[in-house]
Amino acid sequence: MSNPMKENQITTDPSKPAQRMRAGSLRIAALPWVIAGLALLVMPFVFNDNSAITIMNQMAITIIFALAYNMLLGQGGMLSFGHAVYAGVGGFACMHVMASTDFFEMLPLPVLPIFGGLFGMGLAMIVGSFSTRSAGTVFAMISLGVGELIAACSVIIVAFFGGEEGISGDRTYGMPFFGIEFLHQIEVYYLIAFWLMVSALLMYLFSRTPIGRMANAVRDNPERAEFLGYSSRWVRYYSFIFSGFFAGIAGGLFAINYEIVTEENLNTASSGVILLVTFLGGVGFFFGPIIGAIAFTLLQTVLSLQTDLWAFYAGVLFLATVMFFPGGLAGLLMMHVPAIKMGRASKLVVPYITTLIPALIGILGLSALVEMTFHVRHSSVGDEEMTVFWTTFDSHDILPWAVAIGVTVVAFAVMRMMLPTLRAAWADANATKANTSNGGAA
Amino acid sequence: MTTAALELRNLQKSFGKTEIIRGVNLAVGKSERHAIIGPNGAGKSTLFNLITGRFPQTAGEVLLHGQNLAGKAPFEINRMGLSRSFQITNIFPKMSVFENVRCSLLWSMGYKYNFWSMVGRSRALTEGAEQILEQINLTNRRDLPAGTLSYAEQRALEIGITIAGGADVIMLDEPTAGMSHSETDYIVELIRTVTEGKTLIMVEHDMGVVFGLADRISVLVYGELIATGRPEDVRGDPKVQEAYLGAALEAEH
Repeated sequence: MSNPMKENQITTDPSKPAQRMRAGSLRIAALPWVIAGLALLVMPFVFNDNSAITIMNQMAITIIFALAYNMLLGQGGMLSFGHAVYAGVGGFACMHVMASTDFFEMLPLPVLPIFGGLFGMGLAMIVGSFSTRSAGTVFAMISLGVGELIAACSVIIVAFFGGEEGISGDRTYGMPFFGIEFLHQIEVYYLIAFWLMVSALLMYLFSRTPIGRMANAVRDNPERAEFLGYSSRWVRYYSFIFSGFFAGIAGGLFAINYEIVTEENLNTASSGVILLVTFLGGVGFFFGPIIGAIAFTLLQTVLSLQTDLWAFYAGVLFLATVMFFPGGLAGLLMMHVPAIKMGRASKLVVPYITTLIPALIGILGLSALVEMTFHVRHSSVGDEEMTVFWTTFDSHDILPWAVAIGVTVVAFAVMRMMLPTLRAAWADANATKANTSNGGAA
Repeated sequence: MTTAALELRNLQKSFGKTEIIRGVNLAVGKSERHAIIGPNGAGKSTLFNLITGRFPQTAGEVLLHGQNLAGKAPFEINRMGLSRSFQITNIFPKMSVFENVRCSLLWSMGYKYNFWSMVGRSRALTEGAEQILEQINLTNRRDLPAGTLSYAEQRALEIGITIAGGADVIMLDEPTAGMSHSETDYIVELIRTVTEGKTLIMVEHDMGVVFGLADRISVLVYGELIATGRPEDVRGDPKVQEAYLGAALEAEH
């Protein structure tokens, strides 16, 4: 009798710390949301000029859209090439609500995005009924086809899509909301921030419901999921509908923010952008798309002021992500968690600095070369003067080229020299206890 | 006579002109442990796939607790109380071990396509999953991604997933395939305890496992059952010896 007793003690002991950890993590789980909420409140005071607020509005809308997209891609394993359609249709729906002035006069503006959500959801219900039958290639192809189809409809059904010039409206005709008429960007900012918090929280909670958990199971192994009593198709369908809803919310917010929605909001290019944003941020973690949306919007707005080639750099970044960090920026961050937990992350700081600074210089050198090539090929005849990194020079001269090439080559060479040190430091920081004790003994 | 837990009536399956299953009749009683053996290519896995609705049968009937399974999808059959494992390990590799088990509990605990309650809040779910983890001895692997477990652990997890939903008819497809002796002993012991009081139907190559576990054995050769009976009777059956050993010798040449 004593043996089973002992076994019991052994088997229950390891589960206890696990339970404690879980109870702890429940308390911690609210913390990121509180921080995010506070950050959203404070942001306009930190970056208070109008252009910054415009960028932040755009960012918040992209975050909602990317999170909605990741309900499919990251959590449900469905690769969609036409998800902008649901956001776009949501945006158009909100425009039409704004246009029907009698109704809009009785509607407070903050409620408007719900109409976008419902329209996005309705369309997702129709399309999802046949597209979610299987995941993989079939789903991707259908999403692409439907995306093209609806984008083409925008010039056919002019009454709804407004043809090539789209539909514009005026958000200030809505019923004043506690006296706020949303004349100012800052008021719109708080409206969008409110919806960002609500949508993100709801999407996070969705991933914790039975259907949200089963979405992961169906993503990993649809056949096994069927033998657990769940129809893979229905599980995908539910994810698809909810994703359509939140995409529609994002579309509605776009309509409010810009007061114009065009075919561009639902075409394949926009669908491609949201795929890029989501993947860049990382599909494996809930917060991945948030990082992706922030990074991409910054690229789009800040970098596009500096160079005409911003889309080229965004493309290169995307390519690099797919090839070298399939976990995206979030995956890159989370890679460091084990080292941080073991308290050895500090070992990485110096090797990171010595490797990443030359790498950064090399990348800047490379981008200077790209800019110079672009200038030589595209500037008008006779315009031979250009400015890169606050330096003005003649792009047809040999010296700037020599400098740029030299700096790039040297920087990358230094980076390569430093790489082994970084690798060793990485292995050291992530070595398990058993390994280090072995190493110590030897 | 009480209805059998699982009954096959003249079950047939052909792929094109090739007949794989040629009229199988079998009744497996409640809480019986039944093993299906036979040489390679006899159609054992096909028979499994027919019963669980993975393929449609060409003719004949499959009855689960007296109910016809014709035209039912796998998820519907599962809801009626039949659960299976796979010959090739079939788990959710990116999800944690705990999450694997918890997902397999959802339907039987009545959650269905629920999107308004939090799984983390349900004590019944957490405790149920932890109980299963303890049964299959994976408590200390709880939070690891299932794909990182060793082969034997993954097989154990799959058995855990298979039994978690509370199905009373359990079908295991070669649960000890590719295992060392000690791993096999571990899995056999596991199967014995977790299928206590349930109907077990298993395909297995390892004769030690079959004769140690099964109450009755059926021998499938070229899509037909040539014998069904208690282990000692089947072992002594000259037809079985001829067909099975003959086929085994053929396979060796």
